[in-house]
Amino acid sequence: MTASLSLILAASAMIGCGIYLVLERSLTRVLVGVVMLGNGVNVLFLISGGPPGRAPIVDESDASAMSDPLPQALVLTAIVISLATAAFVLAMAYRSWQLTGHDDVQDDVEDRAIRRLAAADAASDSYDLSSGEGEGELEMPEEEGSPA
Amino acid sequence: MLALVLAHFLAAACAPALVRILGPRAFLLLALVPAAAAGWALTWTSRMADGVVTTEVVDWVPALDLDLAFAMGSLQWVMVLVVAGIGALVLLYCTWYFDADEAGLGAFAGHFVAFAGSMLGLVLADDLLLLYVFWELTTVFSYLLIGHDPAKRAGRAAGLQALVVTTFGGLAMLVGVLVLGTRAGTFRISELLADPPSGTAVTVAVLLILLGAISKSALFPFHFWLPAAMAAPTPVSAYLHAAAMVKAGVYLVGLLAPAFADVPGWRGVLLSLGVYTMLLGGWRALRQYDIKLLLAYGTVSQLGFLLVVVSIGTRAAALAGLAMLIAHALFKATLFLVVGIVDRRTGTRDIRQLSGLGRSAPLLLGVTVLAGASMAGVPPLAGFVAKESIYGALIDIARHGEGTGLGTAAGWIVLAGVVLGSALTVAYTARFVWGTFATKPDADRLPAGRTPTGMLAAPLLLAVASLVLGFLGAPETALLAPQADRFPAGDHLESLALWHGPGLALALSTVSLGVGLLLFWRRASFASLQSAVKQAWSAERGYLTLVRILDRTAVEVTSLTQRGSVTTYVGVILMVVVLLPGTALLAASAGGSYSVIGWDNAGQVAVAAIIVVAAVQTTRSRRRLKAVVLVGVTGYGTALLFLLHGAPDLALTQVLVETVTLVAFVLVLRRLPEYFNDTPLTRRRYWRAAIGSAVAAVVAGIMILTTGARTETPVSAAFPREAVAFGGGKNIVNVTLVDIRAWDTLGEISVLVAAATGVASLVFLRTRRAGVHRVDPNALSAAADQTPTHPPRRIWLPASRTLAPDRRSIIFEVVTRLVFHTIVVFSLFLLFSGHNSPGGGFAAGLVTGLALVVRYLAGGRYELDEAAPVDAGALMGTGLFIAALSGLAPLAFGGAVLQSALIDLHLPVVGDIHLVTSVFFDVGVYVLVVGLVLDLLRSLGAGIDRQIVGELQTDAAELEEAT
Repeated sequence: MTASLSLILAASAMIGCGIYLVLERSLTRVLVGVVMLGNGVNVLFLISGGPPGRAPIVDESDASAMSDPLPQALVLTAIVISLATAAFVLAMAYRSWQLTGHDDVQDDVEDRAIRRLAAADAASDSYDLSSGEGEGELEMPEEEGSPA
Repeated sequence: MLALVLAHFLAAACAPALVRILGPRAFLLLALVPAAAAGWALTWTSRMADGVVTTEVVDWVPALDLDLAFAMGSLQWVMVLVVAGIGALVLLYCTWYFDADEAGLGAFAGHFVAFAGSMLGLVLADDLLLLYVFWELTTVFSYLLIGHDPAKRAGRAAGLQALVVTTFGGLAMLVGVLVLGTRAGTFRISELLADPPSGTAVTVAVLLILLGAISKSALFPFHFWLPAAMAAPTPVSAYLHAAAMVKAGVYLVGLLAPAFADVPGWRGVLLSLGVYTMLLGGWRALRQYDIKLLLAYGTVSQLGFLLVVVSIGTRAAALAGLAMLIAHALFKATLFLVVGIVDRRTGTRDIRQLSGLGRSAPLLLGVTVLAGASMAGVPPLAGFVAKESIYGALIDIARHGEGTGLGTAAGWIVLAGVVLGSALTVAYTARFVWGTFATKPDADRLPAGRTPTGMLAAPLLLAVASLVLGFLGAPETALLAPQADRFPAGDHLESLALWHGPGLALALSTVSLGVGLLLFWRRASFASLQSAVKQAWSAERGYLTLVRILDRTAVEVTSLTQRGSVTTYVGVILMVVVLLPGTALLAASAGGSYSVIGWDNAGQVAVAAIIVVAAVQTTRSRRRLKAVVLVGVTGYGTALLFLLHGAPDLALTQVLVETVTLVAFVLVLRRLPEYFNDTPLTRRRYWRAAIGSAVAAVVAGIMILTTGARTETPVSAAFPREAVAFGGGKNIVNVTLVDIRAWDTLGEISVLVAAATGVASLVFLRTRRAGVHRVDPNALSAAADQTPTHPPRRIWLPASRTLAPDRRSIIFEVVTRLVFHTIVVFSLFLLFSGHNSPGGGFAAGLVTGLALVVRYLAGGRYELDEAAPVDAGALMGTGLFIAALSGLAPLAFGGAVLQSALIDLHLPVVGDIHLVTSVFFDVGVYVLVVGLVLDLLRSLGAGIDRQIVGELQTDAAELEEAT
C-alpha cells in the first residue's frame, strides 16, 4: 500500500503539537492537546484504511472502489467519545477553577509528602508504627545494669 | 475431626453475641468446645497405644487435588490433648481474668476460640497445604489477640512484629511445601512420610519448611518476637506463647523428623540454633525484672531445647522429646496463669516491687512451686522424668552416634549445651519463684487483694497434672511409643520412668540442679558478670534495622518513581513510546520496503497545510479562546480529510461533534480567565517540544513502514455483501455500528452516559439532576412583563422574555423560531435514512442537540427547558434502555443478542414497509445522544448561568450592606 505524505504530515503535526500541549499544567491546554491528539490519531486510522475511495455505500459505488468502512466505523465511535471526554475534562477544569481560582493540574499532595520524607532521609509512618519507636510504652526488656 | 474444627469456628462466630449477653461468664460456655475436643481425644486413649491412626477425608477442591484430610496418630493425639485441654482450661480462667467492662471482650473471645480451632486443625491436618492454611490462620488470630487492646500502641506494634516474622517464615514454608509436594507427587502427609522423596530440590524444600518452623517456634534469630508479644493479655501468653502456637514449629519438626532428619542441613541447623537459643533464652531470662518477660525468655530457651531433642532423630530422643513437650505445656501454662493472678492481685509484675506474696497466698505459692519444680527438672515431677530421658538419649548419641551421623565431639557439645541450658533454667526458675513470692527487705509490702477461687482452678489442675504425670512413666511410654517407633531403635530400649538407676543421666540431672542453684545463690555476682558482657548486636535490633532499610528504600523508590506530577508520568510513557517502538522502527526501516506519494489528491495538500499551521499556532496561543478556536480548525480540517477520503459519515459526525465541543468550550471558558497563566519560559518547554517532535517523528515513520508492509486483504472486504445480506442496509459504516460491531457501540454509549453523569455531578455537586424550569409568566419581572404577550402579537420564543433586554437579539430569535423544527425534522430524516445513506443515530442525535443549542443561545436557560422539558438523565437512560432492549429482543425469537431481522410489512394506507430491526438500536443511540447534548447544555450552560446569577446577587447584597 502507498502512504500519502500529506496525511502523515497532518497527523504527525497534530500528534506532536497535541503532546506538547498535553504536557502543560493548565487543564484547558491539556484538554486542547487531547482533542488535537485525538484528531491526529483519527487521521492515522484513515491512513491505515488504505487509499481514498468512494463512500462505502452499496449501490452508490462499486465495492472495489470503496474506501475501507471498518476504520471509519471505529473512528466514528472515537469521535463521539472524544466529545464526552472533552465535556468531562471541561467540567473538571471549571470545578478546579471554582475551588482554587485556576485550572492548573496540581502535584499529588501525598507524593509530595513522600518526597519530603526522602529528602529528609526519614522513614515512613508505618515504620514508626511497626517498630513502636518514639513511644516509651513498648515493653522493651528491662535489664539489670541498664539505667532504669 | 472436621466437625470438631468447624465447631470451634462456629463457637467463635457466636462468641461476641454470647459475651454481650453473659459477660465474661460466656467463657465458661465457650470452654466446652475445646473441652469436647479433648474429651473426644481421650476416648481414643486405649487405641492410640496400639498404634491406631484414625483418618478422615472430605473432598474440598478436587481440581487441585486438595482435600480436607485429617489424621490422628499418637503424635497428633498428644497435640490435641495439649491444644484442646489447655485451651479449655485457659478459657475457664478467662472467666475471672477479665472484668465485665473490658473493651472488645466479645471480639477477643471470638478470636481466642477461632485460634483454638485453627490450632486443632493444624495438628490434625494430614495435608501439607491444609496444614499451611491452618498455620497461617493461627498467625492471623495471634496477631489479633496480641493487639487485642486497640488503644495500646505497644500491643499493636508487637502484634505486627510477630505477624511479619512468622508470616515471613510461613511464606518460605509455603514454597517448601509446594516444592516438596510436587516432587513427591502428593501433599498427603501420611503418604509423604511413608515414601519420602529425596534430591537437592527436596533438601531445599525441607530447609524452607524448617525456616517456617523456626520462626513460629521463636528460635534464634527470630526469637525476639516472643518476648515482645507479652504485650498480649496473660491468658493469650499462657495459651499461644507457651502451650499452643509456639509448639506448632516443634510439632512440624517432630512430624517430619522420621522421614527427613537425615536431609543435609537438618541437624546442623536445628541443633546449633536450638542449643544457642536455649542458652540465649536462659541467659536473658536471668536479667528480667518483669516476671512475665522472665517466663517469655524461659519459653524461648525451652523451645530451643525442645527442637534440639525432637529434631535429632532417634527413638529415645523422640520419646523423651514428646514427654518434654507435654511437661513444658503443663508447667509453662501454669506459670503464666500464676503471673496473671499475681498481676491482677497486686497490680505489678516487677520483682523489685513484689514482696510477701508467699505468706498471703500459700496455695498460689504451692502451685507455683510444683510447676517450677517441673520446669527445673526436680523429681518426682513430669519435667524431671522427661529431662532425665533426654539426657539418656543424648548420652547414647554422643557415645555411639545412634545412626544420626553426629560425630562424638558434636554429640558431647550438644549434651553440654543442654546441661548448661538446664542449669540456667534452674536458676531462672528459682529467680521466678523467689522474685514473686519471697519477702524482700527493701521492697514495700503490696496491698494484696483476693483471688477468686475459680481463677485458681486451672493452674491448680495443671500443676497437679505435672505431678501425677511424673508417676505415669510406663503408660506414657506406651502411648507415645507408636510415634517413637517411627525411628530406628537405639542401643537401649528406653522408657520414661522416675528411676533409671544410677548413671551418667542422673549425674547430669544433679549437676544441672546444683549449678543452677549455685547461680541463683550467687546471683549478685552473676548479674555483674552478665552486665560486664557487652551486647554488641541483638536480633531484634537487626530486625528493626532491616525493616527500616526496607522502609527507607520504599520511601526513596517511591519518591523517585512516583513524582505525583501527571506531566512527568505522561512524559515517561511517551519516552518509552519513542525508545521502544522507535528503536524497532530504526531496525525495521533498514530492510523494510515502503512506498510513499506526496498526496492522494490536491485537496489533501491544502487541508494538511491548514491543519499544520493551525496546530502549531495552537501551541503558541496565550488566550484560551484562541487556542480553542484553532484546535477547532484542526478538527474541521480533519473532517475535510475524511470527506476527501470517501468517508461522508465520518465527516458529518466530525463537523457536528466539533461544533458541539466548541459550544461546550465557550460555555465554560466564559468563566475561566481569558489568558493562560503566565509561566516563565523554562527549559521544560524545550523538553516538551522535544518529546512532542520525537513522538510525531516515530508515529510518522511507523505509519510509512506499516502502510508499506500491509499484505493481507482487509477484513472489511466482505462487509459490503454482509451489510446488505444480514444487516439489511446499504450504508456499510452505519450497519457496522448497529449490527456488525453493535457490542462496541453499546459499550460506547454506556461510556457517554457515564461521562455526562460526571459532568453534571461536577457542576451540580449534590445531585446529577438539573431540574426542569419552565417559564412561569407570573414570576417574570415587571420589566419583562412590559413585552406584550396577548394573542394578536405572539412572541417568537416563549422564554426569551426572561433575558435582560440588552442581551436579546430579535433576529436571532426569529431565525431560531423558523429553523428549529426544520432542523429537528432533518435530524429524524438522518436517523431513519442512516441505514442506507450517510446519517444514523449519532449524527441525528447531534443535529437535534444542535437545534437545542440554538434554542438555548437565543432564549436562555428557560428557553432550553421550554424546548426540551425532560430530565436529561432520564432521556439518556431511556436511550440506553431502548438500545439494550432492542439488542436483547432477538433472544425472544430464538436469535442471538443484537442480531438484526428484516421485516417486510404491508400496511393498508402507508404501503409496503421494509423494516430492519437494528433501526430500534439506532433510535436508542439517537435518544441517548440527544440526552447527552441536553445534559451538557443543562450543566455547562444553564447550571453555570445560575451560579453566575447567584454570585451577582451575593455581590450586590454585599455592596448594599457596605453602603
